[in-house]
Amino acid sequence: MHVPDGFLDAPTSVATGVVAAVGIGLALRGARRELDDRTAPLAGLVATFVFATQMLNFPVGAGTSGHLIGGALAAVLVGPATALLCMSVVFLVQCLLFADGGITALGTNIFLMGIVTVVVGWAVFRGLQMVLPQRVSSVPAAAAGAALVSVPVAALAFVGLYAVGGTVDIPLASLTTAMLSVHVLIGLGEAAITFLAVGSIVAVRPDLVYGARRVLATRSLVLRTATK
Amino acid sequence: MKGAVSTRWIVVAGVLVALLLAGVASFYASGDPDGLTKVSEDQGFAQTEQEHQTGDGPLAGYETKGVADGRLSGGVAGVLGSLVVLTIAGGGALVVRRRRTSAEA
Repeated sequence: MHVPDGFLDAPTSVATGVVAAVGIGLALRGARRELDDRTAPLAGLVATFVFATQMLNFPVGAGTSGHLIGGALAAVLVGPATALLCMSVVFLVQCLLFADGGITALGTNIFLMGIVTVVVGWAVFRGLQMVLPQRVSSVPAAAAGAALVSVPVAALAFVGLYAVGGTVDIPLASLTTAMLSVHVLIGLGEAAITFLAVGSIVAVRPDLVYGARRVLATRSLVLRTATK
Repeated sequence: MKGAVSTRWIVVAGVLVALLLAGVASFYASGDPDGLTKVSEDQGFAQTEQEHQTGDGPLAGYETKGVADGRLSGGVAGVLGSLVVLTIAGGGALVVRRRRTSAEA
């Protein structure tokens, strides 16, 4: 979903740039709470994995492809603030080194694929966690659900930006339908990859997974009460 | 957690997987336009895309300039990109994290 230069007008690009900068500023403060000596190395891994996986376009219907965005995945693994920082590094490198995503659209891309997918992904993940059984084994499923929802919401956010600052007059209804139908399919791929990636780390070291911390804490709390 | 897999092992294994994905598997990725690009073509605003300012950079378009072989060109670009991301994000996380000892912080 990398937005190139020219899709959105200058005021909109400036506005998303400001939102992205504020988001990164908040994330820098928030990440201090999420990262410690034990989990910090995971942040580098998550950013690298997101970059690599974004190169793997899978087919979605005739003549169209999509790739993992990774915002929900990153939020569950390292926490939402750290996730936004990881995603921003990926978009910066893609934009400057690989000419993927416009330079004036960098703020837009950080907003759409970073802030929106991380915030929506984390909110859906926490919501699902409350509904699903309070077990570590629920974490990959909740992450997959979060991933599934995050992609079409980011697509809708693009439509919203286009409605405000698109450089061509496009009927919004048809743009919405087109964006949603493709990105629901991409969301399914996103969910599958997220399930596998979160599942494999949860299987070996659940204590490293930020989204599993709460369940693990509850579990040890229950054990202590039982031994008393 | 006795007998648990060490964090170092997970990070090393994970980075190796990422390097394989970016360096090898990426060759087999779909070359079709992605969701947004396709929608922009179908809806008639693809032509508003402007030339990328770094479009003639050495790794632009996930291809390594001067490497003729497509598989190698994309693979090298993917591996280099992964290492750059790992360096920035990994280094950044080490700077931002809470230190275990207050003396260091």
